[in-house]
Amino acid sequence: MDAREVVIQAIYLAASVLFILGLKSLSRPDKARLGMQQAAVGMALAIVGTLFHHEIIRFDYIALALILGSVIGYPLGMFVPMTAMPQRIAISHMFGALAATLVGVAEYRINAHVPRSTMAALGFEVLFGGLTVTGSFMAFGKLQELITGRPVTYRGQNAVNITLFGVAVAMFLYLIYRPETSTVFYAMIGLALLLGIFMVLPIGGADMPVVVSLLNSYAGLASSATGFAIQNNVLIICGALDGASGFLLSILMSKAMNRSFGNVLFGAFGSPPALAAGTEAKDLTVNSVSAEDAAMRMAYAGEVIVVPGYGMAVAQAQHVVRELADLLEKRGVTVKYAIHPVAGRMPGHMNVLLAEANVPYDRLYDMEEINSEFPQADVALVIGANDVVNPAARSDPASPIYGMPILDVDRSKGVIVLKRSMNPGFAGIENHLFYAPNTSMLFGDAKSSLTRLVSEVKAL
Amino acid sequence: MNPITIIELYVFVLAAFVGYQVITRVPPLLHTPLMSATNAISGISLVGSLVLAGANRDTASNWLGFIAVTAATINVVGGFLITDRMLKMFRREPKPAPGGALEKKTGGAG
Repeated sequence: MDAREVVIQAIYLAASVLFILGLKSLSRPDKARLGMQQAAVGMALAIVGTLFHHEIIRFDYIALALILGSVIGYPLGMFVPMTAMPQRIAISHMFGALAATLVGVAEYRINAHVPRSTMAALGFEVLFGGLTVTGSFMAFGKLQELITGRPVTYRGQNAVNITLFGVAVAMFLYLIYRPETSTVFYAMIGLALLLGIFMVLPIGGADMPVVVSLLNSYAGLASSATGFAIQNNVLIICGALDGASGFLLSILMSKAMNRSFGNVLFGAFGSPPALAAGTEAKDLTVNSVSAEDAAMRMAYAGEVIVVPGYGMAVAQAQHVVRELADLLEKRGVTVKYAIHPVAGRMPGHMNVLLAEANVPYDRLYDMEEINSEFPQADVALVIGANDVVNPAARSDPASPIYGMPILDVDRSKGVIVLKRSMNPGFAGIENHLFYAPNTSMLFGDAKSSLTRLVSEVKAL
Repeated sequence: MNPITIIELYVFVLAAFVGYQVITRVPPLLHTPLMSATNAISGISLVGSLVLAGANRDTASNWLGFIAVTAATINVVGGFLITDRMLKMFRREPKPAPGGALEKKTGGAG
């Protein structure tokens, strides 16, 4: 190791420490910003340090790529609206995995004799990388609604996917045995790309938090494998951090949806649950409420708990929600927000939207914190949430979502649900909350309903 | 190419362990910034891509490196910027003024 190499390694070590401290700072909302800025400094150091690597002899490609990447990355960082955050995150998994995969391909191409252990790393890298590239792009397409957000299923889908996966693993094992068979290597990449598409096809919009977390984890594992292949510790460390983070989030999300973790790991979400509980609610009646009455009930309440869901994000209603809450608070009403872990399309989706609307984060409560408070609340205001407030998850063993932890809005003194129509939510599961005697429905687009509520409260 | 040593496995396992411990303590409130932060950090694959793009092995390698550097740079630049933008939005409730009803401040940059 010459002096230059020692300095580069020292910089990488410093960068790794800054990255870990940056992630650690995310446990404190008031410290997080500074911590992540320090991590960004670590990144800048690592990039500058790498430019002094002895193998780098020409800078034209590097300079052009750095400029092009910055030109694309800047608007992705500065101008993407918070409502588009799930697809923004999904597409960035694609970029990360793409970089890892291409490095893997280049390393394989250029080295005539790849040792078996390195081949294992490279194989892992392109397998997970390729799968994440197309999988993330599909997730992006679904979230951006370029392709249907509904699950695309066909007969024997799981069998096809498992077979393809099995073939890819077999190719991987063969490559470790005979690393020089380049046809198998490239065929495996093709298969991985195909698998990514097939894996995400059957997954519906409401399952996206799990998928996006899982792809986060895969992208991390792919870059860690890159680190193994090119023997770079900072890459191994960052990939492991990324992988651990995605892994942990997928566990949390799957727990919040009451899915087994094995189910998540293999991406075998399968078709949506059968429409089991769909018919029995036919003869029940719905209480609908006018905006005027709903506003009255909230204005004279002691405590209102707002329960946002994906419907709030779709209607981009977070700013009106804040406006309504401000008006209620001026009248002495306590307003809190109850956030279900899988509300929305990615982990933490609702928190970001409400933070964007200037709701202070001490008003945002996790499910465990707030559930005991619903019985004291005079009104639970459900905005575009459905499955996460369905009491069947608690009471009806026949329901497809039975066992999923939910927000106990039905236990509050009164429930007001803002909903577009009586169409059941994801997977067509009937929600008995909407028929409960203490529930009133206010039909219409979430944003226009809230705007009406705001003007009614003002008029009081 | 040198075979992989056991040291690299040590690094991986320990880093994954540290990552798991650190990330367990991130509250659900900040799970979206956490995802964008790990994305930005994963842009460290630049250290591999830069060498590939600058080593001038052959034309194909140069172009593979070019695309890899572009993709990783997008994540670094976009990832850190968007994480900062999000974290800037998370703020605590303003302290209530002593006596009298609280007039909430709602201004400030979004």
